[in-house]
Amino acid sequence: MRYPFPVGAADFIQGDEAIARAAILAGCRFYAGYPITPASEIFEAMSLYMPLVDGVSIQMEDEIGSIAAVIGASWAGAKAMTATSGPGFSLMMENLGYAIMTETPLVLVNVQRSGPSTGQPTLAAQGDLMQAIWGTHGDHSLIVLTPATVQEAFDMTIRAFNLAEKYRTPVILLTDAEVGHMRERVYAPHPDELELIYRKLPANEEEAKYPFGDVHGDLVPPMPIFGKGYRTYVTGLTHDEKGRPKTVEAEVHEKLIKRIVAKIENNKEDIVDYEAYELDDADIVLVSFGIVARSAMRAVKELRKEGVKAGLLKLNVVWPFDFELIEKIAENAERMYVAEMNLGQLYHLVREGANGKADVELISKIGGEVHTPGEIVERIKKDLR
Amino acid sequence: MYLKSSYEIRGKYLRKDMLPTIFCPGCGIGAVLQYTLRAIDDLGLNQDEIVWVSGIGCSSRVPGYVNFDGLHTTHGRALAFATGIKLANPDLKVIAFMGDGDAAAIGGNHLIHAIRRNLDVTVILINNFTYGMTGGQVAPTTPKGLRGTTAPYGSFENPFDIAELAVAAGANYVARWSVFNYLQGINSIKKALQKRGFTLVEFLSQCPISFGRRNRLKTGPELIKWYQKITVPISKAKNMSPEELEGKIVIGEFVDRDRPSLIEEYEAYKRRAKKIMGWEE
Ligand SMILES: Cc1ncc(C[n+]2csc(CCOP(=O)(O)OP(=O)(O)O)c2C)c(N)n1
Ligand code: SF4
Repeated sequence: MRYPFPVGAADFIQGDEAIARAAILAGCRFYAGYPITPASEIFEAMSLYMPLVDGVSIQMEDEIGSIAAVIGASWAGAKAMTATSGPGFSLMMENLGYAIMTETPLVLVNVQRSGPSTGQPTLAAQGDLMQAIWGTHGDHSLIVLTPATVQEAFDMTIRAFNLAEKYRTPVILLTDAEVGHMRERVYAPHPDELELIYRKLPANEEEAKYPFGDVHGDLVPPMPIFGKGYRTYVTGLTHDEKGRPKTVEAEVHEKLIKRIVAKIENNKEDIVDYEAYELDDADIVLVSFGIVARSAMRAVKELRKEGVKAGLLKLNVVWPFDFELIEKIAENAERMYVAEMNLGQLYHLVREGANGKADVELISKIGGEVHTPGEIVERIKKDLR
Repeated sequence: MYLKSSYEIRGKYLRKDMLPTIFCPGCGIGAVLQYTLRAIDDLGLNQDEIVWVSGIGCSSRVPGYVNFDGLHTTHGRALAFATGIKLANPDLKVIAFMGDGDAAAIGGNHLIHAIRRNLDVTVILINNFTYGMTGGQVAPTTPKGLRGTTAPYGSFENPFDIAELAVAAGANYVARWSVFNYLQGINSIKKALQKRGFTLVEFLSQCPISFGRRNRLKTGPELIKWYQKITVPISKAKNMSPEELEGKIVIGEFVDRDRPSLIEEYEAYKRRAKKIMGWEE
């Protein structure tokens, strides 16, 4: 297989470009999108590369159509992705719920800009965290990954495809304008070095009869993709294990939704990923994700230099959320700080996790600029005085 | 054409464990479904290579009853889903079964863009002039002056002519019939299924329950008689004045042409890309 970009080598590229290249290396062969700052470069890179690797990149009439096409492509057997930013992300919510309900693997990238509404198109923010987790209607679960560097944007894109295929679920790569547009050195492995996961297909006719049943006892049904002769009916209505609509039976609904949620929540150990810096003896614990975690890391180093026992919990996955981990950390900490570029969305989750075992404070910043390490240090030192 | 018995068609193509259907007595959707299955049967198409796609509405429930791969999606979005299916696996034949509200209101934008791209899909459009499933609200096709629950004094808006719209947007094949014109209907579906690019067969289909009752057309037969009265064959319509055509709906074959389809265009695009990049001669 020939690739239109360097593999098994490093390159100096933008976050958006890294996401596109990683997607192609992960096996993505279908991309549908609608232009929006600051996610357009992903689309432009996909448009450049896809025809060369015999994949498809198509500009749809809007974001609703983009995610719809991606779901269709996934049922036709392709690994598929779309990317957008705030306003487009909002438009995708109905079909994101459809993908969750029909257990369709796909990757949805949200390169966050500052909102609400059209807000600050070119500036970074982390204001879509709650929408990523809870944006669609009804009870559900999905997976949300949060890269902080261009290399992480690359690596997590590959992981996003792997998780989507493994758990037959939509995975959101929640990044921001800062990561999307900055250039950094990125190592792109040779495809032979990559461990790629492909969705489980039915092993036989019998398994294919239960496209929404727990036939392997791992909560993830094999996916009978279209055109293989299985004659599968897929609906967003509440359905039984065979896919037949059952819209008023309470038990059927409860069983389906609880399995869809459990296949994510019960596999937290496999999915959740974080990095702990200097946490072992930390009195002051910073919690951050994405671009802000880099400032927080620097802040921890400064604070340590000044004799403050500070540490950082950098979340690489924000959903499923590891409430138990937060509680364990809170038990040994005096105070926790959540630094994020919004008015306090991760803060709510961390407070719930801390469960009263430690004070939790918010270090919030909005308007488009990332917290400087100095701002974080100042705020913490002010409280210590 | 030899007409197989309905039982034979039913036995061969319907999912028995999904029956009975949700359709009301006197509804036209079942008839159009039968025409579509007859067309597939007559052409001897491979059941495993066809995917049925739909949005939300009574008409959109059809893929659930037929023994094919099927994707029952969100309201209005069937053609966007279909775009992904077809482009990801061009070997699949895609049939979209849509309601008029589904296709022309919430899905209007996807409809015109799917046609503009000449997406390889056959749309079977159930035009019952109303939102059946949600109880008889007006649709973008409701003739002016007729009633719906959201226009209880008679619709005051101009309706869409979906067939004309499809012709203007660039479809390869467009026909419209009433449920009464079954032979022409089956023949049109057969033609549509054999062509590349976007093909659309619209049926005026009776909804006695949500539409008829509100417009003094309480039963299926009454609605069919009304269709006979208000429809004019396209050949005859050509010689009629605009005044004579007022309040009439033209039926027949509107267009039959062979513009390159989306799949053909994308294949050529891929070759062009590789050539420009020097990957291929
Ligand atoms: C986003 C969204 N809006 C509204 C609805 C409610 N809804 C369900 S069916 C329907 C209209 C169906 O009418 P039509 O497409 O003409 O099909 P019919 O039932 O007449 O066959 C509506 C508005 C919905 N399901 N989703
Ligand atoms: S409401 Fe109308 S369109 Fe729907 S099933 Fe009944 S008769 Fe048919």
